[in-house]
Amino acid sequence: MTTSAVLGRDVRVDRGGRPVLHGLDLDVPAGAVTGLLGPSGGGKSTLLRAVVGVQAHVRGRLEVLGLPAGSPDLRRRVGYVTQSPAVYADLSVRDNLGYFADVLRAPRSRVDEVLADVALAEAAGQRVDSLSGGQRARVSLATALLGEPDLLVLDEPTVGLDPVLRRDLWALFRRLADRGRTLVVSSHVMDEASRCDRLLLLRDGRLVADGTLDEVLARTGADDVEQAFLRLAEEVPA
Amino acid sequence: MSARTTLATARRVLQQLRGDHRTLALLLLVPLVLLTLLRYVFDAQPQVFDRIGGPLLALFPFTSMFLVTSVAMLRERTSGTLERLLSMPIGKADLLGGYALAFGLVAVVQTVVASAVALGPLGLDVAGSTGLVVLLAVLDALLGTALGLLLSAFARSEFQAVQFLPAVVLPQLLLCGLFAPREAMATPLRWLSDVFPLTYAVDGMQQVAASPDVTGDLVLDLAVVAGCIVAFLALGSATLPRRSE
Repeated sequence: MTTSAVLGRDVRVDRGGRPVLHGLDLDVPAGAVTGLLGPSGGGKSTLLRAVVGVQAHVRGRLEVLGLPAGSPDLRRRVGYVTQSPAVYADLSVRDNLGYFADVLRAPRSRVDEVLADVALAEAAGQRVDSLSGGQRARVSLATALLGEPDLLVLDEPTVGLDPVLRRDLWALFRRLADRGRTLVVSSHVMDEASRCDRLLLLRDGRLVADGTLDEVLARTGADDVEQAFLRLAEEVPA
Repeated sequence: MSARTTLATARRVLQQLRGDHRTLALLLLVPLVLLTLLRYVFDAQPQVFDRIGGPLLALFPFTSMFLVTSVAMLRERTSGTLERLLSMPIGKADLLGGYALAFGLVAVVQTVVASAVALGPLGLDVAGSTGLVVLLAVLDALLGTALGLLLSAFARSEFQAVQFLPAVVLPQLLLCGLFAPREAMATPLRWLSDVFPLTYAVDGMQQVAASPDVTGDLVLDLAVVAGCIVAFLALGSATLPRRSE
C-alpha cells in the first residue's frame, strides 16, 4: 500500500455552471478496497466519473495508475461499473459478455470465469431484460471484470441485492484486492464501511474524512460510521 | 481502427436484430407488400410502375435503415452502453463501422429479396444490371445508417427520434424528383433538391432503370452518395464524446 492508484490534488468539477466537487485532495492506495461513502447527490458519481475519465470539465491534478485520468492507455486498465447497469437488454448474458470481451481483447474463456465470479453461470443463456434488477447489476459488474483491470471503479454495486449476494460480492472484492487489484467502491449504505480498507467520506462535494475505519472513528469519537458521518457533517457546514 | 472490434460490433448489432423477429420480418416484408401494392395500383399503367419501382428500391433501404439506426443508436446513448464502450479500448470508427457493416448486410438481404420479387413476378423493367441495383441499394442503406447515427445525437427520446422521419426524410422524398420533375419546381426548392442526398440516391436508381450502361450521371450520383456517407459518419463520430457532463 505504498503507491497511490489514484492521486488527486485540488480536483474540481463544475456541472452546468454549478460546482459539484470543490477542490478534493485524495490518495487511493493500490491493492486495497477504498469505500467512497456519503449521501446521494454529494458528488460520489461525479468523482468516480472523473477518475474513469468520462466526466467533462475536470480541473486540478488527477492521476490514475500514474497517468492523467482519461488517458487512452488507461482504457484497458480501468474497469468501470455505472450505477444503472450498462448492458444490452436485448442480448443474452453470454452475448453481452462475449461482445465486451472482444472489445477489451480478453479471451472468450474469461466469459465463463467472470460469470462464475458473480454467480450468474446458470443465467448465461437468458436475455438481460428477463433478469431481475440484482442480476442485471451483476452482468454489468461481470463486464468490468472481463479485462482483469488494475483499477475497478464501482458505483453503488450492491444496491438492490439481498444480504447473501452482498456478502458474496464483498468477498469477491476482497479476493480481487488480495490479487493486487485496486477497488474504489461507492455506497450510501454506511454499514458497508466495515468491509473497506480505507474510507473517503464525501459530502456536498467536499471530502470530510479520509482514513481507515478505526482512524475515522477515533477522530470523531463515534461508535459507527453513521454517527461519525453525522458528527463530521456538523463540524463542516456545507 | 481495428478490424476485430469493428467485426465484433457488427456481430453484436446483428445479434440484437436477430433477437427481434418482428423488426426483421417488417424490414424484409414491408418493401414486398408496398411494391406489390404499387404494381396493382397502377395495374392499367405499367409504365408508371416501371418509373417509380426502381427509385423505390432505393427508398426502402434508406428509410428503414435510417429509422432502425437512429433508434438503435439512441438506445446506445441513453442506456449507458455508449459511455461504457467509450471508456474501453474501442475506436469511434470501429463503433460506427460496426453499425454500418451490420446494417449494410441487412440492406443486401432486404434489397435482394425486394428486387427478386420486383424484377420477377411483378415484372419491373430495369435496363441496368441487378448487381448495380443492389450496389446502389446498399449505398442508400448506408446513407440512411450514417444519417441516423448522426441525428440520434439530437433526439432525447425514441418519440423524438421517429419524428425525424417526417422531418428529415419526407422533405427529401418530396423534392427528389420522383413526384414532380425537378425542373418544374420553384427555384429555391430546386436548390434544396440539389443539396439533398436522397435526390442523388433516387436519380441513381432512375439511371440504372433507364440505361444498361454506367452513365456519367450515375457515376456522379454514386460519388455524391458515397461522399455524403463519409461526411455523415465523420460528423456522427464528433457526436460521440469520450467525456460528457
